Amino acid sequence: MGKQTKKRISSNKSEALAAYCFLAPNFLGFLVFTSIPVIVSLVMSFTHWNIFRSPVWVGADNFRSLLWFHHEHGRLAANDPMFWKYLGNTLYLMIGIPIGMVGSLCLALMMNRKLKGIVIYRTVYFLPTVCSGVAMLILWKYLYNADIGLINKTLRAAGDMLYANPVSGWVFAPLRGFLTTPPDWLGTTAWAKPALILMGLWGGLGGVNTILYLAALQNVPSSYYEAADIDGAGPWAKFWSITWPMISPTTFFILIMSVIGGFQTGFMTANVLTNGGPAGSTTTIEYFLYQNAFEKFNMGYASAVAWFLFAVILLITLLTWKLGGKVVTYE
Amino acid sequence: MNRRRRAADIAIYTLLILGAVTMLVPFVWMAVTSIKQPDEVFAAGGGIKWLPNHFLWHDEVIQGRKVRAWWGNYPDAWNEINILRLYLNSIFIAVVGTFGQVLTSAMAAYAFARLRFPGRDKLFFAYLATMMIPGSVTMIPVFVIMKHFHWINSYASLIVPGLFSAYGTFMLRQFFMGLPTELEDAAKIDGSGHLGIWVRVILPLSKPALATLTTFTFMGFWGSYMWPLIVTITDPMRTLPIGLRYFVGQHATNYTQLMAGSMIALIPVLLLFIFNQRYFVEGIKLSGMGGK
Repeated sequence: MGKQTKKRISSNKSEALAAYCFLAPNFLGFLVFTSIPVIVSLVMSFTHWNIFRSPVWVGADNFRSLLWFHHEHGRLAANDPMFWKYLGNTLYLMIGIPIGMVGSLCLALMMNRKLKGIVIYRTVYFLPTVCSGVAMLILWKYLYNADIGLINKTLRAAGDMLYANPVSGWVFAPLRGFLTTPPDWLGTTAWAKPALILMGLWGGLGGVNTILYLAALQNVPSSYYEAADIDGAGPWAKFWSITWPMISPTTFFILIMSVIGGFQTGFMTANVLTNGGPAGSTTTIEYFLYQNAFEKFNMGYASAVAWFLFAVILLITLLTWKLGGKVVTYE
Repeated sequence: MNRRRRAADIAIYTLLILGAVTMLVPFVWMAVTSIKQPDEVFAAGGGIKWLPNHFLWHDEVIQGRKVRAWWGNYPDAWNEINILRLYLNSIFIAVVGTFGQVLTSAMAAYAFARLRFPGRDKLFFAYLATMMIPGSVTMIPVFVIMKHFHWINSYASLIVPGLFSAYGTFMLRQFFMGLPTELEDAAKIDGSGHLGIWVRVILPLSKPALATLTTFTFMGFWGSYMWPLIVTITDPMRTLPIGLRYFVGQHATNYTQLMAGSMIALIPVLLLFIFNQRYFVEGIKLSGMGGK
């Protein structure tokens, strides 16, 4: 009996030892590149530091400059108005999220039928996702060019065609300015953000979300639809009473992930395509953070921005966790 | 009923085809631009010209003007940015980084899924918690660490911080948990140690999960942008996206050459995708299991 227990303990010990060996490389990396940096980042956010000199502890100064307000000529003014402007830009660009989700769902619904050549469609719609990156941004820079871009060439050609005919010219009269002298998409503050949203829709519509929706649609038991057929339900009723509730976990998942992602994007687009302009209209929080950290070397201030992002993401996650149970139908 | 179904099918086909054309047109425009003469792009007049003016296999002089062969922009772009070096850098970093990350993740995942040791659940919870932390929080301190290690502008700075992933560990751990234990028990009776079980039982059974994690990690390394931009200084250390970015900086409006460079950058990725489509799709589905 005693021998048995002893053996047991030693085998437990050897199992733990093996476990630590298996964990060691990952844990070391986890420590050096995640745990310690998180703590360092938090400490840094309470300092002024330009990496060339030693950091100076300034308490909550960075957060006060970033998030707080002061009185100016009897009015309340933000300490860092640019931060709020860029936060606004970031939120504005998120308009693309619900539009893209509706588009992805429609696409998945269309593809979820027994159609010929469905693999080809899926591949074609997925192409922009695979090719995402600098090469695609270069392509869009060219497409959006005010004079020689394909988009404005198409709009002008459409204008020429419509306004050559008096009837169609009268019908489309309100669009005359837009079609004959199309906007400088990336060069004007009014059009830059819509242009980026449009580009994002093209790039993401048939990508990851469509595949997630397709998988969700294929998991809806067909017996539910058969039962609805017996009840004489139309396609519309079937969608709202069966499909929509059954895929709600996927919708919920995509929404959270997109919003969390939405707070942390915009760097590459700004860096390659717009330089954050014109007049800062396409600068997002992520680009603002980069500029502070690696152009102005305000490491402390940039860390404060990062922690603001972290707080927002944490808040969204907790909120959706609480709220999600009420909205989402789980099987 | 049948006729209504057919009408619906036709409508759906039409919409799908229209959408597919919208997806493809920019790519086609890129391809045709890359084989045009440099000045053709700036031709006056609003009309859309799809086909290039000339399509020659060799440079020729036509009506006193030198006209380049259709492929002429490609060697220009290739030489201009030393694209071969960028490619080799990107491939090297992505291959080594992916292999390392999948390896460390699979090892840690085995410990979390199958071995008992004190503090396991607490440590796993810590891993889970860090998945929520945005990359921008750790980026600045990791950059400072790289500086202290004197790793800036080296392969080490491009690879090592990416060798460890809480997400990869989590994903593989979930997969390992779902594997049946019978084969492991049999291996134990045969006298296999933990290393033997991991190599001979767990890893072979987890091929689909490992393949999807590999695909995703590779894509992550391949497309990585901000980090390589921060830690590389000299041209020979740049990765493909960063090299392309500087190419745009230097040739703001030389669109024929820019399109040729972009084509060179895209073609291998496209081929890789077309032949490994299954893993992309499976990987995305797996990543979406959080919604279940």
